[in-house]
Formats: sequence, C-alpha cells, structure tokens
Amino acid sequence: MDEMLREYLPILVFLAVAIGLGVVLILAAIIVAVRNPDPEKVSAYECGFNAFDDARMKFDVRFYLVSILFIIFDLEIAFLFPWAVAFKDVSMVGFWSMMVFLAVLTAGFAYEWKKGALEWQ
Amino acid sequence: MISADLTIILPETLLAGFALLALLWAVYSSKDKAASAMVWLTSAVFVALAGWIASTGGGTQVAFGGMFVDDGFARFAKVAILLSAAVVLAMSEGYMSARGLLRFEYPVLVALSAVGMMMMVSAGDLMALYMGLELQSLALYVVASLRRDSVKSTEAGLKYFVLGALSSGLLLYGASLVYGYAGTTLFSGIIQTAQSGHVSIGLLFGIVFLISGLAFKVSAVPFHMWTPDVYEGSPTPVTAFFATAPKVAAMALFARVLHDAFGAAISDWSQIVALLSVLSMFLGAVAAIGQSNIKRLMAFSSIAHMGYALMGLAAGTVFGVQAMLIYMAIYVTMNVGTFAFILMMEKDGQPVADISALHMYAKREPGRALAMLILLFSLSGVPPMLGFFGKFYVLRAAYDAGLAWLAVAGVVASVIGAFYYLRIVYFMYFGDDNTDGLDGGKSPVLWGVLALSAAIMVLGIGNMFGVEAAAALAAASLVN
Repeated sequence: MDEMLREYLPILVFLAVAIGLGVVLILAAIIVAVRNPDPEKVSAYECGFNAFDDARMKFDVRFYLVSILFIIFDLEIAFLFPWAVAFKDVSMVGFWSMMVFLAVLTAGFAYEWKKGALEWQ
Repeated sequence: MISADLTIILPETLLAGFALLALLWAVYSSKDKAASAMVWLTSAVFVALAGWIASTGGGTQVAFGGMFVDDGFARFAKVAILLSAAVVLAMSEGYMSARGLLRFEYPVLVALSAVGMMMMVSAGDLMALYMGLELQSLALYVVASLRRDSVKSTEAGLKYFVLGALSSGLLLYGASLVYGYAGTTLFSGIIQTAQSGHVSIGLLFGIVFLISGLAFKVSAVPFHMWTPDVYEGSPTPVTAFFATAPKVAAMALFARVLHDAFGAAISDWSQIVALLSVLSMFLGAVAAIGQSNIKRLMAFSSIAHMGYALMGLAAGTVFGVQAMLIYMAIYVTMNVGTFAFILMMEKDGQPVADISALHMYAKREPGRALAMLILLFSLSGVPPMLGFFGKFYVLRAAYDAGLAWLAVAGVVASVIGAFYYLRIVYFMYFGDDNTDGLDGGKSPVLWGVLALSAAIMVLGIGNMFGVEAAAALAAASLVN
C-alpha cells in the first residue's frame, strides 16, 4: 500500500505544482494589475471589426450525422490497423471476431444510407 | 474452447442477430408499415427466449475466462427481463400506432437494450459489466426521445443521456480505482484480493463510486433526479418499459457486483446500500404526495420501490438476495398492470395523465377500477395483496441481518406512501361527480394485461407461482 502510494508521489507533486502555478498566475493578475477601463480600451481593436451577427446560429443536423459517421469509421480503422499488422499471428477466432465487428458496422451503415441520412439536396 | 463459450452466450447472440436482421430487413422493405408486425414478432422472440432460458438446466457455466457467467441468478433475472419487455412491447403497439409513433426502430432498439440487460446480469468482469450497461442505456436514450416533435420527449431523452453519461463516468472511475487496487477486472479476482487481507482504502473508494454509478441506474436517492422528468416526458409505453425491465437488470447487476466482486467486504458496502435504501423510501413516499401527474407519481413510486429492493440487498445475506428478487418480480408485475391502466387513460383520443380525471371512475368502468384498486393496494403493501409479501420478505431479511432500524424505517415510509396510492382509490370511488371523465381506451390487450396483473396480485398469495423457490435457487447460486 505505502509502496504503491510512493510510486504515485510524482503525480501528486505535479498536480500540486500545476494547481499552485495556475492559482498564483490568476491571483497575480487580480492583485498586481492596474485596471482602469475606458470605452476605447474595451472596444474592438482598430484593425479588427465588430461582429456581423450572433455566433449562436443553428446549423444543419446532417453535419452532426457525418461527424458521427466519421468517428465510427475512424475507430474502425484504429481497430483494423493493429489487427492487419499482426495478421500472421491472429488466430481464426481473432479473424472472425473482426469479421463480425465489420459486419455489425456495415449493417449500421447500410441502415443509415437507406434511411436517407446521407442525402444533401 | 471458443465453441463452448459461444454455446453459453447463444441466447444473447441470437437476440442481437435478430435485431440486426430485423433492422436491415425493415429498412430495405416496407419501413414503418411493418412496424406493428415487428413489435409482435419481437415480443414473441422475447417470450421464446425466456422459455428457452428457463428450461435450460441448472448449474453455473462460465464463458470467456470468467467474463460471462451463466448461473441460476442470471437466468432468473433474464426471464424476468424478457417477459416484462415482451408484455410492455405488446402493450405499446396499439397506443403508439394510434399516435403515429410506431417506427420500426422501436422494437429493434428494445431488443438491443434487452441484449444489453442480459449481458449486464451475466457480467463476470468490470468490462463486460460496462459493455452491457452502455448497450442497454444507449438504446434507452434513443427510445426516450422517440416523439421527436415534442419538447418534453426530447428534453427527457437529453436529460437521460446527460445524466446517464455522468453516471457512466462515475462508474468507470470506480472501476478504474478497483482495477488499480485489485490488479484485475475479473470479479473472481477482485473478491480474492479483498479476502486475502483487509479492504484497502483505494478499493473502498472504488466500491463507493461503483455503487454511485449503479444507484443512478436504479434511480436510488440521491441519484434519482432524472427519474420524474424522464418518466413524464417519454411516451407512456416507453415509461412503462423504463419502470420494468431496466430496473430488474440494474438491481440484478447491483447484486452481482456487490456479492460476486465484493462479497468479502459486506460490512463495508452494506451501510452505503442501507443509506440509499432509507433515503429512497422516504423521498419516494413524501415527494409523490404533491404530484398530480400520474406518470410523475409512478416515477416517485418506483424510487420508493427501489428503496425496498435495496433493503434486501443491504442485508447482505442469501435470504436478502432472495427477498430482493421476489420483490423485483412482484414490482414488475404490479407496474406492468398499472401502466396498462395508465395507457388506457384517454379522452377524445388524447392521453390524459392528470389523476383528477379519475374522479368517480368506478361508476363508469367498475371492472377496470376494481383491477386498479387491487394493484394500488398491492403497490402500497396492504396485507392481503402480493405487494405486502414482497415488502414482508425484504423487511424480514433486513431484520434477520440485524438492520432492525432499517426495517422500522421501511414500515414508516410504507405508511406515508400509502397515502398517495389510496388517494387515487378515493378519487375513483368517492370523488366528486362534476368533472367530465375519461372515455375510450377499449384495447383488449391492455385490459387483458391489467386484469391478469390484478389477478396475479390476488391469486399469487398461496404459492407465488413458484417464484419463491426459483428466487431461492437463484440467490443461492449468487451468494457463496
């Protein structure tokens, strides 16, 4: 127990330093800095420009679907790559496990396609 | 080796394969037109699987190096889950198709969540546990927001999703702590670590976080806050589903983790579970008094009932687990019947959830009112009904385990809780006659389920249809 805790001591020290440094920097800005705002100071910088409209606009749910699809197939590659590299050592169980995994993903993809989630008219 | 493993998980594999094929078939052929047939088919598959699992022999089988356990306890829970899911599916068909909610994804999602629940109750490893839990939860999040154009339904889905993700995070944090201090994710390995010496403080933290995560899933106080909103916002058949099968699965998983993985540290977790239990019973009983929406009322009722089931668990004995299983079986039967009644509450084709609509209901529909009367008496634990025996079992388990204070608290909470059940009875039989009441709701399926459930509450007093013996066997296979 003690042995184990000692191994984690560097992490504790790191956490203490990280939190301590963050707190010191924030407090320093509050305590030391001189604050004297006027309208010119808080307005947009001269080579910048005022915002055209609200940043909280609605956008199409299809972007979300595409990003979800991307994540799924991204993960698929992340699983496939080590499997393919170690293909010589993978047993039949390993081979068929991956085939089942691919089949399940394909079923989901076929559903999404047929359902019309990928159509942008 | 692998073929033996695959034989043990055959029911789960078949159900998952069925769900995938049904999804592809429906999307490539008739889409939502086949939804009704698919609901009935899925329901029939559930019943067939339940019959198959119930008839397969006794004994404990272990697959995938201990990650998957098929024992009497798992089989009991699986049969309860599959049967209740089948009945709820059958009840939902009429309601949902009448309101244009019946999409073919609904039975598929319910089937997938049933796979997840079967995985949960058979988990023998923290990773298998998490996998089952997530499969079940993800399907349920989608089903909760099935009515996409309703703000309440989408709110329910989102709320359920965010709080469910939070609870999964808590559970994973606990699992990582347990792994860190036990050196294994297998339950059989964790229990050895705990047995060989005292439970280290890290492992104890892990248990507490695991319990918090699981308490979210069974909606035990103080992790209950999602329940009323989700119950109210979801379409009523979905609420009926939430109140039955997932609760059984989560309670069974709770019992499995505590006994299989931490059975050597009963004194450590027993007090936490007892606290959850007493808080749930009292909050469920007190908070339901102010509710006029019957779905919210049932949400608080289920919180209180989870408190009683947790009381059996807090005892930490074989009898405690048996009492918990009996309680859950009775709870599910009562809830299925009550929700059949709620599904029939409609006026001019619109669902009604306000309990004031039930004034003098007994005058117009004496049969239904009588069935509901029996169910409400049973829910509150009035002696001749089956619900009383469920409470009696858990109270005795708690008393035998030296938790007399918990048993007394349970009785007090039960008396408080009886008020809001009996208030509905009062409305139905002695309310004022001025309000224009409910009409319609002539579904033979719902009426049949309601009548059957009420009949079980009365006829099951003698032998409980063999559930008691089955629960005893199941509990003995879990606790050793």
